[in-house]
Amino acid sequence: MGWLFVGPFGIVFLAFLIAPLAYALYLSLFQKKLIGGTSFVLFDNYVKAFTDPSFLSGVWFVIRFSLVSIPVQILIALALALILDAVTTAFARFSRLMIFLPYAIPTVIGAVMWGFLYSRGFGPLTDIFGLFGATAPDFLSSDLIFYGLLNVVTWQWAGYYMIILYAALQGVDPTLYEAARMDGAGRWQIATRIKIPLIAPALILILVFSLIGTLQFFNEPQILRYLAAGTIGSDFTPNMYAYQQAFSLANFNYGSAISFALGGVVFICVYAFLFFTRKRRSFL
Amino acid sequence: MTDHTSVRAGARRSQRYLPMQILLGFLVIYFLVPFWWVIVNSSKDAPGLFGGGNTLWFSDQIDYLGNLRQLFTYDGGIYLRWMLNSTLYAIAGGVGATVLAVMAGYGFAKYRFAARRFSFAVVLGALMVPATALVIPTFIMFSRLGLTNTVWAVILPSLLNPFGVYLMHVYARDAVPDELLDAARVDGAGELRTFFQIALPLMRPAVVTVLLLSAVASWNNYFLPLAMLSDNRLFPVTVGLGLWQGIASANNAGTTSLWSLIILGSLVSVIPLIIAFFSLQRHWRGGLSVGGLR
Repeated sequence: MGWLFVGPFGIVFLAFLIAPLAYALYLSLFQKKLIGGTSFVLFDNYVKAFTDPSFLSGVWFVIRFSLVSIPVQILIALALALILDAVTTAFARFSRLMIFLPYAIPTVIGAVMWGFLYSRGFGPLTDIFGLFGATAPDFLSSDLIFYGLLNVVTWQWAGYYMIILYAALQGVDPTLYEAARMDGAGRWQIATRIKIPLIAPALILILVFSLIGTLQFFNEPQILRYLAAGTIGSDFTPNMYAYQQAFSLANFNYGSAISFALGGVVFICVYAFLFFTRKRRSFL
Repeated sequence: MTDHTSVRAGARRSQRYLPMQILLGFLVIYFLVPFWWVIVNSSKDAPGLFGGGNTLWFSDQIDYLGNLRQLFTYDGGIYLRWMLNSTLYAIAGGVGATVLAVMAGYGFAKYRFAARRFSFAVVLGALMVPATALVIPTFIMFSRLGLTNTVWAVILPSLLNPFGVYLMHVYARDAVPDELLDAARVDGAGELRTFFQIALPLMRPAVVTVLLLSAVASWNNYFLPLAMLSDNRLFPVTVGLGLWQGIASANNAGTTSLWSLIILGSLVSVIPLIIAFFSLQRHWRGGLSVGGLR
């Protein structure tokens, strides 16, 4: 009887997850040559990928970007969730909605909006810094694009993570706080010793999802590359490189190998992360 | 969700939190700045936009209506088409994914069958597969079937939502008591009737959450339609605005009017989702807190 309910999803799962994965693996084992057509090359594409400076620099970028952007987003989200859990004024409720608002914006539109704000032509930065006689930083230049993107993703996702953590905090039994207060715990101690450990599973869940998302970074750099000509190349992230190989150069074999290799990188990173936090891994 | 703290917190307490509220105020400004910029600048015509006036305040000419008319008539009204396409993809993908996820989550939570544990573990493992790694092989499979560059190329892959299955599983496990289902069966209700009349009403908050999350995921999707579609009449609004952005950046001088279309287009495109989020707030927040992430 259970398969009656699970079956329809199972068919979609097989058709659009298992089959494409298997097919990508199959494709990635072949190479198309101008002379001689397509031939089976086993792992040559992977050897090529892991010695390809374009792929490696992309992987290096998304790993660096994850190491900076994820802690920044989660710390902001956690601080906000703790503040909103404690402060219950009407203004705090209004803030909660406004800070969450960017989640309702497609990442593409978010990147377009920030692209305007960064732009020298019609962004406000030139005016604002001009007031102090300073030159505006160009967040689309190769020196600062890291921070430009960091700002876009923080703006986009911090509110969403905040809502998840806030929901988890609201689920905590408030008598625990009373008990701690009786034992002489201050507000700071209640936050760090009771609230944060109790919502650790939610924290780990959003860490995993943000890690998966950030390693696949595509939309924001893809949109900003139109504005940041020369700063963001077509191999800026592994996903952009795979897209370019497959859809601009019609090199589906190598493109599949890159996206499969990226999948491998994601798996390794997620499992490494879960391994180091395994004590708290109660959500799976 | 209930605000336990609001019962205890009085006016006296809110006074003490003034520094935190000021901090919140600054953060709200930061999160709203892009919206403010877009609202202000979509009122301007091309000279107002490039004339070097204050970029964070209105110019003398406020011309929303003129810009709106231009937005909806440009290139034969292609923008409206993109919005309708996005709506179609979000509704078809969102509803389809939700139906499948609700049934599967309920099935995994409430039935014992062969290979249940293994199948559920596989679904959980799928949460870690990068969605974009599936796009290239799916594209080739679809192109063999002649499905690329049709609406199906965008809708069918959106039906897959393993996270929705996980959410529904957790929620159904806790919110639907086995005794209730057994009682219905004893009274002679079939499995489907038990599902629709007993379980589904109890799972409603999580259903709304999953529906909203999947509809938003479809509406926001960029990589999949970008790869699958070449006919710009099938584009969702994300890909369409990305296209305009690319054209406008490529020849900056010639197409200054396109910039004001992009600005107003971004503003108009976010309005439906903002309305959906705020009007359904009570429902999805309940699902997120209870079912999801504990």
